[in-house]
Amino acid sequence: MTIQSLLQALGHDPQRVAVERNGQIVPRARFAEERLCETDIMEIVQFVGGG
Amino acid sequence: MYPTQEELHAALVQRHGAAIQVRLDHAAVGIAGLGGLGSNIAVYLARLGVGRLVLVDFDVVDVTNLNRQHYTTRDIGVPKTLALLEQLEAINPYLQYETHTERVVPANAARLFGGCDVVCEAFDRADQKAMLVETLLSQLPDTPIVSGSGMAGHGSANIMRVRRQFGRLYICGDGVSDIADGVGLLAPRVALCAAQQATMTLRLLLGEREP
Repeated sequence: MTIQSLLQALGHDPQRVAVERNGQIVPRARFAEERLCETDIMEIVQFVGGG
Repeated sequence: MYPTQEELHAALVQRHGAAIQVRLDHAAVGIAGLGGLGSNIAVYLARLGVGRLVLVDFDVVDVTNLNRQHYTTRDIGVPKTLALLEQLEAINPYLQYETHTERVVPANAARLFGGCDVVCEAFDRADQKAMLVETLLSQLPDTPIVSGSGMAGHGSANIMRVRRQFGRLYICGDGVSDIADGVGLLAPRVALCAAQQATMTLRLLLGEREP
């Protein structure tokens, strides 16, 4: 599973999230390339519009 | 009678206390976007006497901004950086104001905000919020970011919260009320989020780390 597919499974728009994997920010350019393993700790922040 | 720098500073010390004021005097805060969130945040920080503000927005004031942004009818057509600067200088002319009338992109974000103790994310588009947060957390890993997400509509003020994530990202707002659902932005609820961001910024400048 990649970060991209994880976001898809969770219903998140990849353009509107910030993602950390094991405490490190993952740039969205790498979402489709980073393959996750079972011990990974993911933190996902979803933004909504308005300001 | 126009206050001297010493008189205005003494007034701030009288209100805030000397220990707090000296920390604010030497602080630098960046504000990315000077719309509903950013213009209001800037006014709060100027009233606090934050020593240096870095203010960035490419846009000009539009009549549709007046429902929530800290501008007036006299500012329509004027770049937001200039219109806001005029107001801030009337509140406290002795602070350092650094304005940039340009769009924040990954290539310039670190340069614009590199000297700041805290950066406030104050954009309106969700994808721009995500871009800025990702860029700054990667390129300025020691700089806390205070973001606004979820303030549309007339839902309760009681669900507006401040959440800490990634250790150094603070997200103000209700997290869910999106303009994309066709719901508009209304002044007091936007100002609530802006005030949460200014309060969290103040706390960070005074050494607090929790919301």
